[in-house]
Amino acid sequence: MLVIKDLYARVEGKDILKGINLTVNAGEVHVIMGPNGSGKSTLANVLAGNTNFEVTHGTAIFNGKDLLEMSADVRAKEGLFLGFQYPVEIPGVSMVNFLKTAVNEHRKYRDQPALSAGDFLKLMREKKAMVQIDSQLTNRSVNEGFSGGEKKKNEIFQMAMLEPTLAILDETDSGLDIDALRIVSNGVNLLKTPNNATILVTHYQRLLDYIVPDFVHVLYDGRIVKSAGKELALELEEKGYDWIKKEQGE
Amino acid sequence: MAEVLDKTTTVRRISDIYELNLSKIKDSLPDWINSSRRPALDAFQRMGIPGFKNENYKYTDLTRLFENENFRRAFKTDEFDVDLKDVFSCDVPEFDTHLILVVNGWYDESNNPSSSYPEGVIIKSFRKAVVENRDLVEKYYGKLAKAGTDPLIALNTAFAQDGLFIYIPDNTHISKPLQLINILRSEDDLYVTQRNLIIAGKNSQAKIMFCDHTLLPQNFIINNVTEFEIGEDAVIDIYSIQNQHNKTANLTGLYIRQQRNSHLVTNAVSLHGGIIRNNLNVLLDGEHAEAKICGLALSDKNQHVDNYTFIEHAKPNCQSNQLYKNILDDSSTGGFTGRIHVAPHAVKTQAYQRNNNVLLTNAAKMNTKPQLVIDNDDVKCSHGATVGSINEEALFYLQSRGINEKEARLMLMFAFAHEVLAEIKVDKLRDVIDKLVNKRLRGEVSKCHSCALDCIR
Repeated sequence: MLVIKDLYARVEGKDILKGINLTVNAGEVHVIMGPNGSGKSTLANVLAGNTNFEVTHGTAIFNGKDLLEMSADVRAKEGLFLGFQYPVEIPGVSMVNFLKTAVNEHRKYRDQPALSAGDFLKLMREKKAMVQIDSQLTNRSVNEGFSGGEKKKNEIFQMAMLEPTLAILDETDSGLDIDALRIVSNGVNLLKTPNNATILVTHYQRLLDYIVPDFVHVLYDGRIVKSAGKELALELEEKGYDWIKKEQGE
Repeated sequence: MAEVLDKTTTVRRISDIYELNLSKIKDSLPDWINSSRRPALDAFQRMGIPGFKNENYKYTDLTRLFENENFRRAFKTDEFDVDLKDVFSCDVPEFDTHLILVVNGWYDESNNPSSSYPEGVIIKSFRKAVVENRDLVEKYYGKLAKAGTDPLIALNTAFAQDGLFIYIPDNTHISKPLQLINILRSEDDLYVTQRNLIIAGKNSQAKIMFCDHTLLPQNFIINNVTEFEIGEDAVIDIYSIQNQHNKTANLTGLYIRQQRNSHLVTNAVSLHGGIIRNNLNVLLDGEHAEAKICGLALSDKNQHVDNYTFIEHAKPNCQSNQLYKNILDDSSTGGFTGRIHVAPHAVKTQAYQRNNNVLLTNAAKMNTKPQLVIDNDDVKCSHGATVGSINEEALFYLQSRGINEKEARLMLMFAFAHEVLAEIKVDKLRDVIDKLVNKRLRGEVSKCHSCALDCIR
């Protein structure tokens, strides 16, 4: 589904990613961990098409297409979803208008007719129930005045609405209390199918109490320096990152 | 020195126009009103053309505009073939209003078939009211818009011949909005003077919409002064939509006095215009009067929109709340000056002001200036001004959900603008203006919208 080869990227003239190689197949859940500043969020943003990050080398092929050639909105319509670490508040843009526009842009891209107002509201009700988001939140402006937990739940709700084939969740678990964490991870688990895949970027092992990954990768200084099964996460939880740093010769 | 000479020359030329046409200007009007002309002209000569040396006109220098014009003056009502029903029907579909048409500053009865107003309401030509309703006009004329205080008021007072007169008696509610359409239409370049007087009695209620339009592509200057007296407990909404082409200079002054417990909303939506200068003075002259004052300006090309407000808190316990926003594209320019004065005895005043601006290009320019003069300690006042560009983070957020950049930008601009429009309390009117603004942001409103068809023909 996604094949990243030797990817380099920089922001404000500083190299952050220094040769990422990663392959994600349908049905898989990948976890990317690593110390602060290792490039986790940069990788997520580069894949989603944030133009603040400049790709200087390498390729990313998504379902056979060159991901790096696409604008952010096309990547989304091709089935890629970024759950933001810090979802943006957009006063004046209502959740309903925002989601309706997004859903219908996706449908237009696939040559499907736009949803009627009634069908759209029905879809929204279903997905709200599925991810257990407070029904009042969709009456407000996008993320405006939402608590930290509500914002993260809203990301999962949007993911449910858009049904991506590849979801990249950038620290969706940080700042959540236990109940919100459960709701977020339930959402991720519910949305999982054999045809889609998830990349979880996280700091903490605790999310992995709820979501069982197929692969755990350690990102350090712009490279994936270690990949293994879920047991690697437990090892990191126990020992921290110092032993990785040592292995890397620091 | 050259500049000073030019200015003097322009003032002299305008004074000559006055002298040469004095008999036309004074024609059919009583001495008591004609006698205010000479002192007004003197005041104009003293103050000169408003330019950047005049602190109040720092952001809108009219020197060149007046230097370069040698436009025809509309000293009498022109003959027209405008059919009232055709002019505005497409802009405001199914929006039920009392339509009032003023063409080139003149109120023509043939354009204004009688409408069913509540008993006692007077809506007529200003020049007719001067004769027929002398007691009312004389009591209020020139009291709020004082010729000695502003060169545009001075010019207006020297040349004023017609405009609109509205009187709403005490305890009278006009439920349908009054829609005053100011049309500019001429085969040659035209300078228009319009003078309005509106008196809303005690406990009266009305919603008044001013729609400024151009019908032909000539150069226009309009100097429009309105005095508006709002009685005790009255509830008045004033909305204006300015939609004129780029060769129009719209110089508008609205001078309002509010008495006890009255409630005012003003909302000026500037969609199009070459030079737009809105002077808005609100005198809060009775306790517990409230004013909500808003404006939204969308500009592109070389357009210029300048809102100048002066809110005078003369009595205790009044509240004013200002919200102005501009979205500036291309090399358009904008200005906002918000002056607030709280008098020494006007305790418990609440006065708030906010001006937010978005520049879409590097060439666009916005000047914003709060001016608060507070002469007592027992007040709550605040002001804030921002000039920025589209929030790139929000833009990426929308795009990351599959919304293309153009649409995402529009959503953000519309959201920014909508905060001002949300203050329009008439649902249907708000929907109409929402749609107009949306169209304008999408570039779908031609320079004079429905009227433009006429220009092209």
